[in-house]
Amino acid sequence: MQFKQIGVLGAGNIGSGVVTDLVLHGISAVVVDISQDILKRAQAAVLNNVRCVPLLSKTLPRVTPEDALQRMVFTTDLQDVASCDFIIENVTEDWHVKKPVYEQLDRVAPREVCFGANTSCIPITQIASATGRPANVVGIHLMNPVHLKPTVEVIRGFHTSDGTVDTLLRLFAVLGKEAIIVQDMPGFVSNRISHLFMNEAAFVLQDNVATAEQIDSIFKKCFGHKMGPLETADLIGLDTVMRSLDVLYESFRDPKYRCCPLLRKLVHAGHLGRKTGRGFHAYPGLE
Amino acid sequence: MSTADPNGIKHTIRSFILSSIAVPDLDDDANLFESGIVNSLFAVQLMTFIEKTFAMEMGRDDLDIENFKSLNATTAFVLRKNGRPSG
Repeated sequence: MQFKQIGVLGAGNIGSGVVTDLVLHGISAVVVDISQDILKRAQAAVLNNVRCVPLLSKTLPRVTPEDALQRMVFTTDLQDVASCDFIIENVTEDWHVKKPVYEQLDRVAPREVCFGANTSCIPITQIASATGRPANVVGIHLMNPVHLKPTVEVIRGFHTSDGTVDTLLRLFAVLGKEAIIVQDMPGFVSNRISHLFMNEAAFVLQDNVATAEQIDSIFKKCFGHKMGPLETADLIGLDTVMRSLDVLYESFRDPKYRCCPLLRKLVHAGHLGRKTGRGFHAYPGLE
Repeated sequence: MSTADPNGIKHTIRSFILSSIAVPDLDDDANLFESGIVNSLFAVQLMTFIEKTFAMEMGRDDLDIENFKSLNATTAFVLRKNGRPSG
């Protein structure tokens, strides 16, 4: 099976990154979100990503803005993904948002089409239960910036078939991505662990133990991490981190996942990280 | 912002970099990316700042990490774009 056109549901940070990755590799995308404003922002983000590729990668394909535009269709009508070969869903990390999307998607997409659920924490088995094709649903935890990350955490739901995993791996082969396949539990491997780091780093900052710069520097200079936990949270988006912590807290009923009040306060203040120009750190030039 | 004064350009870029990263000072030739002072995403931030501050439009050939790898390299790039020798 060739991947000619992929449906991308949700055109936020990650969704725009997915579309960037697809168009860079010659695959067309039908991009769906709920408003023209969001779609316009997504189109601008994709074009900027495509433009900046030479700055950030020596190996990714170079694509002109004209070619990128030809490979993208932006729409608010979910029906438009009916002819797509595969669907990647990236809508808001909220079960009450995702569930009706999957119910509608299940009616629109041909029976054989597979769904890649790009979620931070919500179990894939739960997502698959909203469809009549649980064997065709697989979890894909793409990281930011999607087109620059060569490895993806892939999650097998309870019913995910080998054929669905194979289909996904073939798509990733086109995108030059490697998959690490894990089993299904809330938060999987990456976020179940990383969100504890990010949340506790926020508590350390809240308790005035260290500055945000010091906290991140310790992770980078002492542990050799590429980014510190607060920078990582800023890159993901503090609203997404907060929602993921809430899902983990609800799922495990374990107080270790309670969201730090400072993190919640920043979200309510509109300081969501890099995407708003300020989070735990300031990002001059990105406001 | 004028793109005619090399010292003014360097000062403006240095202030921007120092306002973005947690270091007290910056060597003019320090490689920002190889030294781990910033991650590669900072290149986009720096490029966007240069475009806005110096009212420049970057062409495809300009988007080379070599142009933004250090304070001196970025200053020289701005001067070159303005048609002035970087000295």
